[in-house]
Amino acid sequence: MSFVLVQVIVGGLLLGAVYALFSSGLTLVWGMMNIVNFAHGDFVMLGMYVAFVVFTLFGVGPAAGAPIAMLLLATLGVVVYFALIRDIMKGPMLAQILGTFGLALLLRYSVFAWFGANFLTLPQDIVGGTLVFAGLRIEASRLLAGIVALLVTLGLHLLLTRTTLGSKMLAVAEDATAAQLMGIRPDSMQAIAWAIAAGATGLAGALIATFFYIVPTVGETLGIVAFVTVSLGGFGSVPGALIAGLLIGVIESLSGYLIGAVYQDIVVYALFVSFLWFRPQGLMGKM
Amino acid sequence: MRRLLWPLLLLALVIVYPLVLSTPFEQRLGALVLLYAIAASSWNIVGGYAGQVSVGHVVFFGCGAYAAMGAYAHFGLSPLVGLPAGIVLAVTIAAVIGVPTLRLSGHYFSMATIAVAELIRLVVTNTSYLGAAVGLSGPPVPRNVFDVSFISALPYYYLFLVILAITLLITWWMANSRMGFYLRAIKDSERAARSLGVPASRAKLHAYMLSAGLTSVAGALYAMMFGFVDPESGLGILISVKMLIMAALGGAGLLFGPLVGAAILVPLEELSNSLLGGQGAGLTFVVYGAIIVLIARFQPGGILTLANRLWEKRAKPRNVGASAAGASHAS
Repeated sequence: MSFVLVQVIVGGLLLGAVYALFSSGLTLVWGMMNIVNFAHGDFVMLGMYVAFVVFTLFGVGPAAGAPIAMLLLATLGVVVYFALIRDIMKGPMLAQILGTFGLALLLRYSVFAWFGANFLTLPQDIVGGTLVFAGLRIEASRLLAGIVALLVTLGLHLLLTRTTLGSKMLAVAEDATAAQLMGIRPDSMQAIAWAIAAGATGLAGALIATFFYIVPTVGETLGIVAFVTVSLGGFGSVPGALIAGLLIGVIESLSGYLIGAVYQDIVVYALFVSFLWFRPQGLMGKM
Repeated sequence: MRRLLWPLLLLALVIVYPLVLSTPFEQRLGALVLLYAIAASSWNIVGGYAGQVSVGHVVFFGCGAYAAMGAYAHFGLSPLVGLPAGIVLAVTIAAVIGVPTLRLSGHYFSMATIAVAELIRLVVTNTSYLGAAVGLSGPPVPRNVFDVSFISALPYYYLFLVILAITLLITWWMANSRMGFYLRAIKDSERAARSLGVPASRAKLHAYMLSAGLTSVAGALYAMMFGFVDPESGLGILISVKMLIMAALGGAGLLFGPLVGAAILVPLEELSNSLLGGQGAGLTFVVYGAIIVLIARFQPGGILTLANRLWEKRAKPRNVGASAAGASHAS
């Protein structure tokens, strides 16, 4: 294997870890409430803009931007849950799709109206320069994003499987009425799930803001990436999202390197469509 | 006779509108309302009646638009020649992507339609035969009336009115045929419909193909009126979104729902664009997004469902039996 290829794969893995982080948020609410958040990618976009604003106002990098973005987005998640999701969950399918889709437009174009359509970037050396490991050149910002994302995703998995809170959330996902009879409030658990899901997107957004282009419509592409990851990894599964996220990061980087950056998105979309078409039973459970 | 009174009154109003409000802005606005009503009514067949929320209908819109402009750009023919070609293309694409996509239910169907539409947009953006990112243009100067290129919006207005009437007639005919009952049954519960012997896959596919063909007509008309098509105006996801929310705002699955939605949203968009200039484009979609969220949260049935309910309530004391039947039909 050529040396450049290894470099590309490592880059893909690091980006894939970030994909896994925000996709695990989507898979959590999807698996728990059977609702698809079409605004998920736009939450990531908001996280990126929070990091950008924090930098322009205070001149500090992701060390401050990431926690602030996470907290702000988590708050937004709870607000969205109580103001919108709780009611449309019981409504018809059209209302569910319209509700989160409308939210996506609202967020995307509010940012558009405020910041304009220009591509924004953070200074390249905001985290540090380029590191060299055994001849591999890796930007510090990507390394930081990949490692933090990986650790947080694993932490999320542990939270869901090893703690009382996680068990309560899974109980609500299994059967909300039965959970309620056991003294667990489905409302609170679902609100917490939304806080975690949105917080993860905020963190992921702030992390990739250090090396990604920042633009209001970036949420659309990232949203599709999250859908691909979740449909590949199985909905409701954080480890599945992790593996799928890493895989997609690598596939995207490789196709960008081998057939051109323009076709990078095309490959991801085509992957998604073919997966939906040829393995729908894997998505919908038993049908 | 009383049932016909309101539609006839509405029809008369629509016919005289551009003669009474005759400034170019008002005529253009009227034409755009009708154009979007055609597109949203076409979407309504599969999204409203059959309950399959397609967010990728712009693909069929783009088929019509690109076929109409392609007929001129590549062969020097009238864009009208491209219209039937666009319909054939759209129906074929609908059949090909419909078979695997319509098997998906609910959210998965919507997501797959978004992905297919974005995929096609990206491919077209990188295809030089289709003008890549620049798109294709129609005749700069109309050679004859068959180029369907007019300075005034008035001819477009009446052309769109006729096409809208045809679209609504087809929809009405479909809704009252066996097919319409199949689709409503599928919308309520596909599993129940199947177990009662409804050929669900076939009914959905036929509705999808019919809807695709009609949507491509809207796309061709759009390209003829504006004289060009590019990936953003012919295949952008926002066009799909507009069809969807116009139908949903007016009342998805109701014959006149999309027209009501278009009559509210198109003037809103045009006004905000003309008041705010280029800056307005973003704010328009902020308003769009807010409206969609509010409909979904408070009135998923749309404005016409609400109006029908208020109407039934008023009519109730006089005619209990009829209103009960009407209410169950509207819900």
